Amino acid sequence: MILLTRKAEFSAAHFYFNPAWSEEENERVFGRCANRQGHGHNYTLEVTVGGEPDPVSGFVVDLKQLKDILESEVISVYDHRHLNFEVPEFASTVPTTENIAVAIWRRLDGKIPNAKLHRVRVYEMPDLFADFYGEGA
Amino acid sequence: MRKSQPHAHLSRRYHFAASHRLHVDALSPEENRATFGKCNNPYGHGHDYTVQLTFSGAVDPVTGMVTNLADLDAFADREMFERFDHANLNTLECFRDLVPTTENLAAEIWRIFAEYPHATLERVRVEETSNNSFDYFGAGSQPNSATSHL
Repeated sequence: MILLTRKAEFSAAHFYFNPAWSEEENERVFGRCANRQGHGHNYTLEVTVGGEPDPVSGFVVDLKQLKDILESEVISVYDHRHLNFEVPEFASTVPTTENIAVAIWRRLDGKIPNAKLHRVRVYEMPDLFADFYGEGA
Repeated sequence: MRKSQPHAHLSRRYHFAASHRLHVDALSPEENRATFGKCNNPYGHGHDYTVQLTFSGAVDPVTGMVTNLADLDAFADREMFERFDHANLNTLECFRDLVPTTENLAAEIWRIFAEYPHATLERVRVEETSNNSFDYFGAGSQPNSATSHL
């Protein structure tokens, strides 16, 4: 099996806040990320798929097709958006880097022809990233 | 309701600067030079080290986090930066009888973060320069199908 990784970037705003908690509790747990004016990041998404190279084309997956899927399923929904207010999965889930990796996995799983989703890696910044290998992994 | 809370891996990179000299007293000066080359320079030399830590754990259903980064950063400040940043590694207790190669440094950093109480340490990667990096997966463990993909 060959693993193939495609990168994409999106910029988005978010904040961390749990409405069940007091202001003080949110501040204590989430620090500056709890500021409800929001803040933003340039996220880098790395999607890794696994499969066998097609004997004729030599492709595990058609990269243009993969790029289009990332664009339609993720980038068009997340880029230049406020994750808390405009992306449905974060209406009641805190948009941490971990949860963004899980949400992107769920958006992409089963959508990539001839290849199996192997890993979703989301960089919030170059020094911080989260990996998700699927439910139960 | 979801069937189970997802597990994710979280990686954090830290940077510190330190000096060291690769030298083993049991070897002759010639053997030290032959083994360690320019790293045996008696005055030592230094690097900007990058430490990349990977932890695993359940994503907390309330906070959305594997671990709170403020907790991890505070732990790193206290347990790693206090000891290593702007230090001469050879002078530290852990390297009194151990040559401070980046391999040994990675194992020492593993011992530090294996004690981190809020997530499971999976891998320590130490980059000595942009061309040299060293991975450590814990005592007795080999990178295997469960970890080699990290």
